[in-house]
Amino acid sequence: MNGIKIVVLAKQVPDTRNVGPDAMKADGTVNRSVLPAIFNPEDLNALEQALRIKERYEGVTVTLLTMGPVRAAEIIREGLYRGADDGVLLTDRAFAGSDTLATSYALALAVHRLAPDLVIGGRQAIDGDTAQVGPQVAEKLGWPQVTYAEEMHFEGEKLIIRRRLERGVETVSAPLPLVVTVNGTAPACRYRNARLVMKYKYARTDTELQAESSDYIAAGRSSVRITEWGVDAIGADPEQLGLSGSPTKVKEIENVILQAKESKRLTSSNADVESLVRELLENHTIG
Amino acid sequence: MANFYTDNKDLRFHLKHPAMEKIVRLKEMDYREREKYDYAPHDFEDAMDNYDRVLEIIGAICAEVIAPNAEDVDHEGPTVADGHVTYARGTRENHEALTRAGVIGMNFPRQYDGLNFPMVPYVMAAELVSRADAGFANIWGLQDCGETILEFATDEIRQEFLPRFNKGATAAMDLTEPDAGSDLQAVQLKAHYDESGGTWLLNGVKRFITNGDAEISLVLARSEEGTSDGRGLSLFVYDRADGGVIVRRIENKMGIKGSPTCELVFRNAPAKLVGERRMGLIKYVMSLMNGARLGVGAQSVGIAQAAYEEARKYASERKQFGKTIDQFPAVYEMLTLMRVRLEAMRSLLYETARYVDTYKAWSFIAAERPLTKEEREDLKNNTRLADIYTPMVKLISSEWCNRIAYDAVQIHGGAGFIKDFPVERLYRDARITSIYEGTSQLQVVAAIRGVTTGGYLAQIREYEKKELRPELDHLKKELVSLAGDYEMRVAQVVSAGNNELTDFHARRLVEMAANIVMGYLLLHDAQRDAGYTSSAELFISFAVSENRVRSEYIGSFEEKALGLYKVS
Repeated sequence: MNGIKIVVLAKQVPDTRNVGPDAMKADGTVNRSVLPAIFNPEDLNALEQALRIKERYEGVTVTLLTMGPVRAAEIIREGLYRGADDGVLLTDRAFAGSDTLATSYALALAVHRLAPDLVIGGRQAIDGDTAQVGPQVAEKLGWPQVTYAEEMHFEGEKLIIRRRLERGVETVSAPLPLVVTVNGTAPACRYRNARLVMKYKYARTDTELQAESSDYIAAGRSSVRITEWGVDAIGADPEQLGLSGSPTKVKEIENVILQAKESKRLTSSNADVESLVRELLENHTIG
Repeated sequence: MANFYTDNKDLRFHLKHPAMEKIVRLKEMDYREREKYDYAPHDFEDAMDNYDRVLEIIGAICAEVIAPNAEDVDHEGPTVADGHVTYARGTRENHEALTRAGVIGMNFPRQYDGLNFPMVPYVMAAELVSRADAGFANIWGLQDCGETILEFATDEIRQEFLPRFNKGATAAMDLTEPDAGSDLQAVQLKAHYDESGGTWLLNGVKRFITNGDAEISLVLARSEEGTSDGRGLSLFVYDRADGGVIVRRIENKMGIKGSPTCELVFRNAPAKLVGERRMGLIKYVMSLMNGARLGVGAQSVGIAQAAYEEARKYASERKQFGKTIDQFPAVYEMLTLMRVRLEAMRSLLYETARYVDTYKAWSFIAAERPLTKEEREDLKNNTRLADIYTPMVKLISSEWCNRIAYDAVQIHGGAGFIKDFPVERLYRDARITSIYEGTSQLQVVAAIRGVTTGGYLAQIREYEKKELRPELDHLKKELVSLAGDYEMRVAQVVSAGNNELTDFHARRLVEMAANIVMGYLLLHDAQRDAGYTSSAELFISFAVSENRVRSEYIGSFEEKALGLYKVS
């Protein structure tokens, strides 16, 4: 649909897919300092969906919204390199320690201020794996939500969405405004665009600019500013943010150590192969 | 995340060569476009950072899209129906990923939607793409056609065609005909000016045309009736959207199967003249071919890199007699020589690209303002060097690419002979590099001028002047001695005054010069980064023995023995 405004929710996460020996601290929490910070993979799938809509229809804008420390501005730049129009970084000490409830509260307020027609996010982040933030944002906005999306296009004013479910595919239609969360099985995000990289590589938030010691940036290289919003900008109640706004309490963290199980010796006979297949089917390793 | 650019430290090393500062300044004309385009660099560091970032994008696409598609593309190949070609699925995916990344036409000026990159990063991109899929590298590399349009066509034609590249237009150079391969003077395809339609019309047949069904084609055609040599040929640009050309068939090739090789029939196909009439072969195609030869140099280095890595990996995993086979002298010698050859040919490739960059940048500046005496001298010198280094890099890297692919199969043993491992495809893909864009034998014909006129020797003497760390002195001494020996053998052959004898020894002499040149380049690499010292050492000892064989042969060769070789 022409002229709509899309907000893509994205999160900077530690790359838990390439975990080394020191990825976890002794207390069982993620050692964020050794894991590279990356664009949450399913949020990239979400961005791709937004960019496809932008390409397909006239006058569509895509704004990236992320919450995190100042360094999460990198996520906004990654979005700009791929074709997003702009981005907003929600950053404030008051946000620190937010669980999904507090996070979705802040995000929903920011979305409200941006006033888009469509919000697209990844299904879940690879650090928390909750898949709660997208749906909670929808609830707080009072908007309908569609999860597990793989493909979407407009028919008239309705968004037609293909959902990837456990046992098949479902196609639904939904009116705007709407929140959609996208599955990792959706098409991969496009690569960075050369011209956009050269254009936006110096895009900075104000805080970043102040911290930047390089004369290079000071010499006016950063023509593009990334919007930075704190608690006041979204009119949030500090009580509902951060640790005080987060009912989730970590009671205990248990280190799971996988131990070698008893091994079984199989011959290449049909009977052995068949019994193995049956066993794998029964315990749902396959099928 | 796999990345063919960042996983090979040699690439950044060559990108960051000290000569780049001058090249980038000339190419960017003192960074004058920085206010005009929001993606133009502000200074040298900014430009280099751009090249690095863009090569990283290409490296990612190569490793994550193009390389994984290569096997399927090799099996599926392109198809032809109703006179037009359909690429294999993987080929289309590759092309789309690169188009979306906005990297096609990367060395065209910004006014034509290019990125205004110099040749060095462009050649590096070609190397990366070739490592991923050598067949696809042709579809990528044919954007060279735009370079010819840029240099010789009117601004109207440039405006019409060049911006299309960045949007993904494909290109082809239609030169070869059934009876005109190495000898392009025999081209028959007819161009006549149709007064009523106010356009040139092309009629005839082209054969062995890589990517022949491209959107934009440069066509060599006979525009001057009654002529029979190269001076009757002109260059035209044909737009597929205008129609008039059909693909009669595509060849079933040994390798680079993803790249469609077409037989084309032109029936009153409308086309536009590029540059001046009669200059088609003697000026424009020569320039086009030089670009293509550098491209094949990059392609050869890319394939060789892929083959070396397959061999290295296999040899480190395959166990025989209780240990991995890379622990046996017969195998590790092969592997190390593969690597050293690869490093030598890569150094030669980027040295050549820098000469090309320098002369091209001066030529563009010369179109705007008169050059000073020193600048003209620099233009002339770099043009000359590019002319003699281009056939050298094409000859050496294509031959060595074949050699490396051969050894890579050998290291795989029986496994290399079956289609389960990528090395089998690499071996087939490598084979074309020493054949197309001028066979190795033709490269020698082009390169021998550099031998007989003293061009190579003069540059070797320049290399000699460079100050080196004392621990590299003994290596330099070896090269000085090789140069003396080479000079003597050249004098011996030339002084005989027999052209046939010169042609007979030509390849030996060119190879001797190349070994010395590459020895110096590796020595200079070692000067810049001590990590390359062992490569320089290995290569120079290899060069000493290789040149000795050739020198002895020439020394003991008697002119009358030519007769023994003649085929009656």
